[in-house]
Amino acid sequence: MARITLRVNGTTHSVEADPDTPLLYVLRDDLALNGPKFGCGLGQCGACTVHLEGNAVRSCSVPVSAVVGKKVTTLEGLGSTAKPHPLQQAFIDEQAVQCGYCINGMIMTSAALLKQNTNPSEEQIRAALAGNLCRCGTHQRITAAVRRAALAA
Amino acid sequence: MRDDRRAFLKTAGALVVGFSTGAPAWAKVLPGAVAPAKTVDKEALDAWLAIGRDNRITVYSGKVDLGTGTRTALAQIVAEELDVAFDRVEMVMGDTGTTPDQWITGANLTIAQGGSELRRAAASARAALIQRAARRLGAAPADLVVDEGVVRVKGDPSRRASYGDLIERGFEIKVDPKVALKKPTDYRLVGRNIPRVDIPGKVTGEWTYVHDFRLPDMLHARVIRSPIFGARVVSVDDRAARGIGGFVQTVRKGDFLAVVARSEWAAVKASRAIRVQWGEGTRLPEKNTVFQTWRARPVAKTDSTQKAGDAPAALAQAARRVKASYEFSVQTHASIGPSCAVAHFKAGQLTVWSASQATHSMQTELAAITGLPAAAIRLVYLEGAGCYGRNGHEDATADAALIAQQIGKPVRVQWMREDETARAPKSPPRAMDFEGGLDAQGNVIAWNADFWIALNHIVAFKPLDFPLLAATELGQPKPGNWVGFLFQNAGMGYTVPNIRVETHHVAETFFRSSHLRSPGRIENSFANEGFMDELAHAAQADPAEFRLRNLKDARAEAVIRAAMKLAGWQSRVGINPAPGSGNIVRGRGISYTRYNNAITYVAAVAEVEVNRDSGAVRVTRLCIGHDCGQMINPDGVANQVQGGALQTVSRTLIEEVQWTPERVTSVDWTTYPIARFTDLPTVDIELIDRPGEPAWGVGEPTAVVIPGAIANAIFDATGARLRSVPFTPDKVKLALAAAAPAARA
Repeated sequence: MARITLRVNGTTHSVEADPDTPLLYVLRDDLALNGPKFGCGLGQCGACTVHLEGNAVRSCSVPVSAVVGKKVTTLEGLGSTAKPHPLQQAFIDEQAVQCGYCINGMIMTSAALLKQNTNPSEEQIRAALAGNLCRCGTHQRITAAVRRAALAA
Repeated sequence: MRDDRRAFLKTAGALVVGFSTGAPAWAKVLPGAVAPAKTVDKEALDAWLAIGRDNRITVYSGKVDLGTGTRTALAQIVAEELDVAFDRVEMVMGDTGTTPDQWITGANLTIAQGGSELRRAAASARAALIQRAARRLGAAPADLVVDEGVVRVKGDPSRRASYGDLIERGFEIKVDPKVALKKPTDYRLVGRNIPRVDIPGKVTGEWTYVHDFRLPDMLHARVIRSPIFGARVVSVDDRAARGIGGFVQTVRKGDFLAVVARSEWAAVKASRAIRVQWGEGTRLPEKNTVFQTWRARPVAKTDSTQKAGDAPAALAQAARRVKASYEFSVQTHASIGPSCAVAHFKAGQLTVWSASQATHSMQTELAAITGLPAAAIRLVYLEGAGCYGRNGHEDATADAALIAQQIGKPVRVQWMREDETARAPKSPPRAMDFEGGLDAQGNVIAWNADFWIALNHIVAFKPLDFPLLAATELGQPKPGNWVGFLFQNAGMGYTVPNIRVETHHVAETFFRSSHLRSPGRIENSFANEGFMDELAHAAQADPAEFRLRNLKDARAEAVIRAAMKLAGWQSRVGINPAPGSGNIVRGRGISYTRYNNAITYVAAVAEVEVNRDSGAVRVTRLCIGHDCGQMINPDGVANQVQGGALQTVSRTLIEEVQWTPERVTSVDWTTYPIARFTDLPTVDIELIDRPGEPAWGVGEPTAVVIPGAIANAIFDATGARLRSVPFTPDKVKLALAAAAPAARA
């Protein structure tokens, strides 16, 4: 066990954790940030996606020791029900959720995409989200929400 | 929200209600809060509804929202019938201490059955409150009107009382089964696209899934199960696990084995460090001959599912006979989040926070596993990842209950990906044989079909005989399957004079088998609609027109015509003559089913591209006509129709559980892949609303028309019949090779 300091959503936290602990477990269990979800622990599905220095990464596959001194942003860091991020608002407007378990990854991956490409085509959105799995079949609404957010920006 | 949660967490260890200070108990129901138990007697009105003095309505629903939006739709139904604003209504779902048992959430029944029961309760409540208001205000009930939960005397606005003024100690009366219901023409909430109440929380991380629920001093567990199918524990050596920081203990009872730790990561590491010697497993049948094996298995019973005229005699006289066999592979729910549950056992009381679709029947299942009386077990529903049937939620619930009972401390069990993909229940395999006969004019005169379906082990319509993993590991063998009503839609939905349909119920499956979205209907409709297409081709008819010719139901015709119109259907006989481009050929196919031959009507046109060299199929567009009667929330309907369509493209083209004789080898997303964004078509939908007609379910019907539509589109593109789901490139290439001589002939 080691004391690890990390900066998440603009706040510095100090946690007691094994250095090899996946960042996901620290975010969820130590910081009570429930946005990122455990989907596979293998980096295959994208449900645990967070931003590390602005890039979308799979927090199930990043050891917490690797993010010391780096900026981590979670879904909670984008916005809240009281003050949603434009992408979160677009997902609400398009009702782009069924069970919603994958949606963290969809929003975090799309947020990273929109920073690179402010006006992605539907094809570019599908390609950017191809590594994120949705089991409910919400794909069409998710791409519509990302398009909506891009157009609103 | 944060303050509420903290207040709850402080007190939840003692399993008392933890509402934020100062607020009345009904003002905000906290996710997972263990409210005092109350009546759950279905006849008692107080079982269904509570009204606070602040006029807030709490609805107690035994049906749960599995991520489909029914939390919103059911609230719409209640708010409508009670004449209150939508945002006054809050839903408590699936808590065995406070909600009535409305049977499991499944079988496409949440709106049709669950909604009807809530509607009667709400109407009974409104009638009772009007009676009370009449007494209090000294007016005749006929002279009273209700406006947003306030009862007024017509023409005298000063004489009024709110529901909260009238509720006193509760209703203390029975639900009136014959209560007058509101006329659909007076609806102002039902039929509107009210946004789902759960979505803002779900897109911001504020929603509490069962995975997110925590108790003070909660420990974390991982369950250890054999990778070898059916193998029992020979010996366990946990010395290496004990050396891991944060390790608390190993739990072993019979063959049930788990590790408990202070953190999730320590539990994961301990589960990997523990050394287990496993015994011999149970051999699984060879996968490549599974359908032959399935047909040869002992049959528990054969039912005549549909009979009209004399099919064998009509076949003997037919001018043209067509014969074909169909198959549907073993698939799995593959929930995006592995199952999870939290449990606490204290002072003889077991509380389990569970994402089960069957919390009420789990009470009995857990009683058998723990030896506790059912009355000492409380299940509190919290949403999990979408389950689409009985996935691992129930097993994880049992795991958590058993561990909590052993350790006496709050514990969270999180399944790993392999647990969910490999060890959660599977849909059973399926084989189906057809023979049809046409007369000289191309009319279908005979339909003869045999379906080899898995036997459903029904005990009082509850899955009490289901072999939960923990039950089996404790040495409590259970007989078998809870697979749903697999005979449904074996009967065909067209007007054919001579029909013989039999279902042969195979006594035992290979895997633990459960219902997976649209169970039975998806396999049956795939085969029925594929074979109907074969008959259309034999009759030299356009497949859509052929279907219409054999239907006498205006609502059926309407959904077919809606799908055809969306697709710009071009009538033709035989294979698409367009040359395609390079190796790619294109086609369109149609499929129609009335769910259970009794409720929702749905038709789909699929457009596909087939690569003749690689065998790869791409569905480029789906056009769907859908009629579920009265729609409660049309956008909610559309969401389910789209989801059912897209999920089933994945099942049709890709999904198949893989195994060797020793083990299930589908363990993650590379070994059980599902469709990705880049694989999926656009879906165009026409929803036909039928205000005033019964409201039928929408979660399951769309799925059943997708495999047939895709198969028929592949035929249109290539002349090859795909009769075995999934349509993998290998199977497509085989079908193309088989079709080539026929096409030349």
